[in-house]
Amino acid sequence: MKSIDEANQDALARMLAGEPHLVDVVPAAQAIPALTDRMILHAGPPIGWERMCGPLRGAVQGIAVFEGWAADLGDAAAKAAAGAFAFAPNHHFGAVGPMTGMTTKSQPLLVVENKTHGNRAYCAINEGLGKVMRFGGNDAEVLDRLRWIARVLGPALGRALRAVGGVALKPLIARGLTMGDEMHQRNVACSSLLLRQLAPALARTAQNADELAACLDFIGRNDQFFLNVAMAMGKALTDPACDIAGSTVVTAMSRNGTDFGIRVAGTGERWFTAPVEMPVGLYFPGFSEKDANPDMGDSAIVETVGLGGFAMAAAPAVVGYVGAGRPSQAAAFTRDMGEIVVGHNPAWTIPAMDFAGVPTGIDIRLVVETGVAPTINTGIAHREPGVGQVGAGVVKAPLKCFEEALVAFAETMGTA
Amino acid sequence: MDARDAKSQDLLAAAPRVVNVGLEMFASTLAAQGTRVVHVQWSPPAGGDARLAGLLDRLRG
Repeated sequence: MKSIDEANQDALARMLAGEPHLVDVVPAAQAIPALTDRMILHAGPPIGWERMCGPLRGAVQGIAVFEGWAADLGDAAAKAAAGAFAFAPNHHFGAVGPMTGMTTKSQPLLVVENKTHGNRAYCAINEGLGKVMRFGGNDAEVLDRLRWIARVLGPALGRALRAVGGVALKPLIARGLTMGDEMHQRNVACSSLLLRQLAPALARTAQNADELAACLDFIGRNDQFFLNVAMAMGKALTDPACDIAGSTVVTAMSRNGTDFGIRVAGTGERWFTAPVEMPVGLYFPGFSEKDANPDMGDSAIVETVGLGGFAMAAAPAVVGYVGAGRPSQAAAFTRDMGEIVVGHNPAWTIPAMDFAGVPTGIDIRLVVETGVAPTINTGIAHREPGVGQVGAGVVKAPLKCFEEALVAFAETMGTA
Repeated sequence: MDARDAKSQDLLAAAPRVVNVGLEMFASTLAAQGTRVVHVQWSPPAGGDARLAGLLDRLRG
């Protein structure tokens, strides 16, 4: 039987061997056949309507109207409370979603294929900044944008990706790390690099010039466009390691605005949860901590593969944006995360740390032993439905998840 | 006076040089007074939780 260290090296090797490619954009019902009518996938571990936070409820109401399952937001809330919708985590269907993480059958999903292991992972297209559904926005402007993404942008991206045979993401991210991205709260380099690769194919496959211009403008104005690509990539890289007996490596970290949950390779699909914490950060003018909702989103999948807060040293500019101190302190975050991982990724290196690889493969034993919690860079949503983003910050994963996972893991090993 | 006593005298006569382990406040307080201090970040395994520390011992390697 393998030792825990050997099983962890196996988990790390599977993550590092992955070759993720962005290959297509398809309707969610096609990508995930199990995603049926009135079914709503959300971020984080499982949760019912009664325990959902404000922005998650707001997003559920909005997406129900978008799908035509409710006449208006009030009708949607009544139907949700009456049990008219089936809720499930994105993670249970090979998908991820930022913040509220709404995934329903009509939305177009980015498709990332892991060429090494043959698995696919999915994420909706980033809606841009401001009032958006991922932060709980649900008014006409938000729904109209989603309709345009489904009708125009999604199909256009799908045509372009199929025309170029997909885009290899590993080298693209390697480049982005040298250009100041950490792939969670800073994606300006990778968004630009992706657009540069796709623009000719978008032009060649466009149905008309106006639609092409609108697509280029939408992607070009959204510095966070690549976040959702990075998230699907993270899911595609971690899934092959999600069931390795004897491994204490974390395969998912996620939050739904009420609970924080993790999954561990050695305990498979089981969630270990704890109350989610409040991000510490900076607020947009007119907002403060009293407006903030506790942390949410599947986006911590990027930290799970060594990016985001784990790659802070690559992105000193983001330290100020998330209110985590001075840019000169960026490397300390990455060094701290190095204390709780089983290895580093030689394909993704950080110039400011003499090209050290990003710390990868969180070991629950090291988290519990050191008390060093994973650092996650995050956006901050308003606690009320329908308002949107109010700031950005840093949040710590609650240690309780890791302690519970450790106890459960020990039981699987017969050592509890 | 043997060599060991001489060393003790040196230690008392010279400016203190401190290695601080654990609570960082002790190190920062000394540093604020101009004392040479090296801080070692350390806390008891599993925050001092004996049950979790025992599990960690059994789950090594």
